[in-house]
Amino acid sequence: MEQLLANPYLPSIVMTVVIILVFPLVAGYIVLAERKVLADLQVRLGPMRVGPYGVLQPLADALKLMIKEDIIPAKSDRWIFWLSPVVSTFTALSAFAVLPLSDRFFVADVNIGILFILAMSSIGALGIILGGWSANSKYSLMGSLRAAAQMVSYEVPLGFATVTAIMCAGTLSMQGVIHSQLERGVWGAFDNYGLMLVPTVLFIIAGTAETNRAPFDLPEAESELVAGFHTEYSGFRWALFFLAEYAAIVVISSLGVTLFFGGWLRPFPNVAWLEMPLNTAFPAALFAVMGLGCLKGVPRQVINGFRLLMLALGLGFLAVGGLFLLPAANEAVIGLFWFLFKLAVMVYLFIWYRGTFPRFRYDQLMDVGWKWLIPLSMGGLIVNGIVQLLVRG
Amino acid sequence: MAATTLEPASVDGDTFLDSNELVLNMGPQHPSTHGVLRVILKLDGETVLGTDCVIGYLHRGVEKIAEDRTYQQFAPYVDRMDYVAAVSNGLGYCMAVEKLLDVEIPERAQCVRVILTELNRVASHLLWLGTHALDIGAITPVFLCFREREEVLKIFEKYCGARLTTHAFRIGGLQYETYDTFEKDCVAFCDLMEEKVKEYHDLLTGNRIWVKRTTGVGILTAEDCKAYGVTGPLLRAAGVAWDLRKAQPYCGYEKYDFEIPTREGADTFDRYIVRMREMEQSCRIIRQAVDALPSGPIKGKVAKVIKPPPGEAYVSIEAPKGELGYYVVSDGSLKPYRVRVRPPSFVNLAALDKMCRGSLVADVVAIIGTIDIVLGEVDR
Repeated sequence: MEQLLANPYLPSIVMTVVIILVFPLVAGYIVLAERKVLADLQVRLGPMRVGPYGVLQPLADALKLMIKEDIIPAKSDRWIFWLSPVVSTFTALSAFAVLPLSDRFFVADVNIGILFILAMSSIGALGIILGGWSANSKYSLMGSLRAAAQMVSYEVPLGFATVTAIMCAGTLSMQGVIHSQLERGVWGAFDNYGLMLVPTVLFIIAGTAETNRAPFDLPEAESELVAGFHTEYSGFRWALFFLAEYAAIVVISSLGVTLFFGGWLRPFPNVAWLEMPLNTAFPAALFAVMGLGCLKGVPRQVINGFRLLMLALGLGFLAVGGLFLLPAANEAVIGLFWFLFKLAVMVYLFIWYRGTFPRFRYDQLMDVGWKWLIPLSMGGLIVNGIVQLLVRG
Repeated sequence: MAATTLEPASVDGDTFLDSNELVLNMGPQHPSTHGVLRVILKLDGETVLGTDCVIGYLHRGVEKIAEDRTYQQFAPYVDRMDYVAAVSNGLGYCMAVEKLLDVEIPERAQCVRVILTELNRVASHLLWLGTHALDIGAITPVFLCFREREEVLKIFEKYCGARLTTHAFRIGGLQYETYDTFEKDCVAFCDLMEEKVKEYHDLLTGNRIWVKRTTGVGILTAEDCKAYGVTGPLLRAAGVAWDLRKAQPYCGYEKYDFEIPTREGADTFDRYIVRMREMEQSCRIIRQAVDALPSGPIKGKVAKVIKPPPGEAYVSIEAPKGELGYYVVSDGSLKPYRVRVRPPSFVNLAALDKMCRGSLVADVVAIIGTIDIVLGEVDR
């Protein structure tokens, strides 16, 4: 036992297991959040039936997907059809290994962290391409062709934007990038007298395209290609593709948060007097509002079980809020709080796009990618490089 | 049905016959073919070389049914053709039979007919806008449009009990007197609509992606429109101010002051603008009609048993989708000898291939949306 506890890899292994176990649930709740936010934008209520305000909907969805009949089309390439959702999910979850959730919660801090994420997200495209091709359906094939072209085009500006941020930070390690932002006293997005805003915006646009989200959701364009590359997938395999998509969103958002928005740092990390309001009062108040909101909803529930659930949720949120008031606990989780908070803002941004924008057409997508994003991101890289060289030496 | 005979298509004079061609079957189960339209696409990569429409999946033989029903009995059937604009269909059929009977319709009935038809035009355009935006990938407008359409349906429900297939009119006038707050409801809806149209403009008209997706897509010039017999907003977006409400006024439309919106671009974006402005003009007509609503009887002198003298009548009206014609032949018996419908959707759909050639797959969906078809009317 002693020996086991002394194993230097133990924390990493524990974190890995936790992430693999928890992420599917988190993805389910991101889907629920997406449905609720979209519903809010579209003057409807969203899921309301399973659990109070639909909070148990992800569990019901997961159960339904698991017990669904598993269909493999007769003329498909069976093994590749089987393999591709696995590839997608595996690569997307692998990228979690280097995400700096906070200064103490992470699986590994390797010196090529950012490269690893980019590599994994590129291989993830392979799953989509194979999945579309192996299904032996024309719609799937067109979806995967689009996916291939889109990934290739948008990886370039994404890469340039990332390189610009790396150049400022001087390291490829995810933790290192955050520490350098702490040293320079400014978030990556506002570095170099605001010039870094250009790669920041380009990163968000290219990241949306990289994760196949609206308005760049051409590989699964519902109104044209029915469901694009996953037209023939059903049940749990389809769920794996979905899991991979949401994992990719979280990974790209995390990368953006790390490179440009200070990772687990609080806003204005060098302004000492903001310590109390931002690190203690803000999270405590946030959770208190959430908890009180849940408690307020208790009397509206008719079913006793739902009432209990709402009560438990409310008290739970209040307890978490209280946690932030204890200095020791606060220190342990405040980094995680800020990281997840920024991540949530990024994910909200993705959902907001989806509710607002129409879809690009294939040729327009290429236009935007090659004629605007790539030149702009190259220009951003060069200008930021010059400023970096002249000002900082 | 000789459906799949696509000859080698040509774009700009080049004939494509290489192995990259792909025949893609779109529909009848496809999210954006607006029902059960089946389009066979011939593609080179994503470029459309040619299309072929297969219709008839919703064929119910409505015209044949007419021959075995009395004149009144057939009236509810016409609502089931363009079920999105059931009131217009009812109006067209009733006017055709009234022409056969040579009966005069009281002022009040005409006025109420105009109000309901224009309300239905707004409802039809709202449904078009929502689904069209959905086809192009904007998922929010459809819910906003349905919210406003609901108000129209509520007025219909209060007036005649039905929301969609209303059967609001009877041969000779109206069956029901208007309800107490009818005028108020109509004006309130116009107020609401004029405000909400601005909201749609905010969401779509200024949106660069929307403009890029629709501008220059599915161009159908005025000459082509005339060649294909295309009418309605498609023709008006090509710069021809042809609207039967002005060209050959019926039902007292000559009394109202309204404009025919036209555009010159003949593309999907211009059709969008034309329909948006038509909704505003419809509200204008409704306001005037409500103000001018006379009192008096609501039904002309029509016998209980309708037995028109032998003869034939053709009446065409401006339905939301274009020119809607009813040709009714009477042999002097209780049942029509023949009823023939000239549905705008069917005629307009014929131009699909012309509009699609050389565009991309995503454009086909946009073009099907911009034609504004209802398959119940195409197949009948």
